[in-house]
Amino acid sequence: MDRRNFLALSALGGGAVFSAALAGCAQTGPDRRSEPAFYFVQLSDTHWGYQGPDNPDAAITLRKAVATVNALAIQPDFIVFTGDLTHTTDDPVERRRRLREFKSIVDDLKVKTVRFMPGEHDASLDSGLAFQELFGETHYSFDHKGVHFIALDNVSDPGARVGDAQLAWLKADLAKQDAAAPIVVFTHRPLFDLVPKWDWATRDGAKAVELLMPYQNVTVFYGHIHQENHHMTGHIAHHSAKSLIFALPAPGSQEKRTPLPWDPAAPYKGLGFREVTADASAARYALTEFPVVPA
Amino acid sequence: MTSRATRSRRAALTQLCALAGLGLLGSVAPAQEPAPRIVEIEARRFKYTPDRVVLKRGEAVVIAFHSIDFVHGFNVPDLGIRADLLPGQITRVPLRPTAAGNYAFLCDNFCGDGHETMSGVFVVEG
Repeated sequence: MDRRNFLALSALGGGAVFSAALAGCAQTGPDRRSEPAFYFVQLSDTHWGYQGPDNPDAAITLRKAVATVNALAIQPDFIVFTGDLTHTTDDPVERRRRLREFKSIVDDLKVKTVRFMPGEHDASLDSGLAFQELFGETHYSFDHKGVHFIALDNVSDPGARVGDAQLAWLKADLAKQDAAAPIVVFTHRPLFDLVPKWDWATRDGAKAVELLMPYQNVTVFYGHIHQENHHMTGHIAHHSAKSLIFALPAPGSQEKRTPLPWDPAAPYKGLGFREVTADASAARYALTEFPVVPA
Repeated sequence: MTSRATRSRRAALTQLCALAGLGLLGSVAPAQEPAPRIVEIEARRFKYTPDRVVLKRGEAVVIAFHSIDFVHGFNVPDLGIRADLLPGQITRVPLRPTAAGNYAFLCDNFCGDGHETMSGVFVVEG
């Protein structure tokens, strides 16, 4: 099946989630009707440098995921990593070494348009300094085939704030869009209070959501919680991605957010990445989940 | 009759209440509440000590935090209370739980490898 043909998406089976910013047929304006559908890949929470029992294969999991992405029959237009590229360390030298190693591994991706974002493990202990040295800005926006993409940084502040300066930037960036524009936001942490007692929240995320709310076609993709989760704040859909290091328990399902134990009988269980097929003309997205290693 | 004397008494009463609110009346205030119990908690990467604190419903307490090594956070989401805990000083957080139950608290300032385990619970007995 040609995954670029959005009309064929209804034929997708298990693992596919259909997401529209608005129920029914969203209106995005006549100038976007001719935009072709496309797809991108979201990978998240690779935690390069992690060593522990929750993933005894940590040294090869990322490489396997890169190989799986490279084996996709049709390559995506671009790839985005939504944070926690590396596992945290107090040592600034070691932090940079991990970021460089991560970068050298993902350099093997066939697709060369790759967008990076920090997670708190990459950026919270040095306000994003090492990340910026190696990957550039921690927040930015770009346009692709009729969709406006915004990467928001809610991790360089260890207190999980987007911050007033970035909120002002977001407001100015959004002001250039019309109310019906298809907008995709990438963040690391959830912008809403998913489970505050597990630190699954952004302290001023409500302010960002408030700025996004006047726009009719907004969808958020994020990481941090190491599993798929789908949530609505008003008409805005939020989709979290699986991790590539270890899985975490379902939101609020137990007292502590301790990782799910590694299952030797089912390595990489609960890990994976996703494809997102975007149809700018209708502001609709089809999500298809992939395991680290094809079944 | 709304006399000047009545208005004056009301003004004096208002002033007295304000002073009581500020804690400026000391031992002369009638029916003064007992001083709140002080509960000391140390915050250190990646643990609060103690991390389980038993309180009584309706009891006024002040949590006195001593942070050792980082600007840790203190957040009790279910009570809507949070504070930054600066090292080298005592951070006092007043608390009066009104319902029995367990209230989780956590460090919500990312403090390193182990941050995810830095949490505790207030056990409020009815």
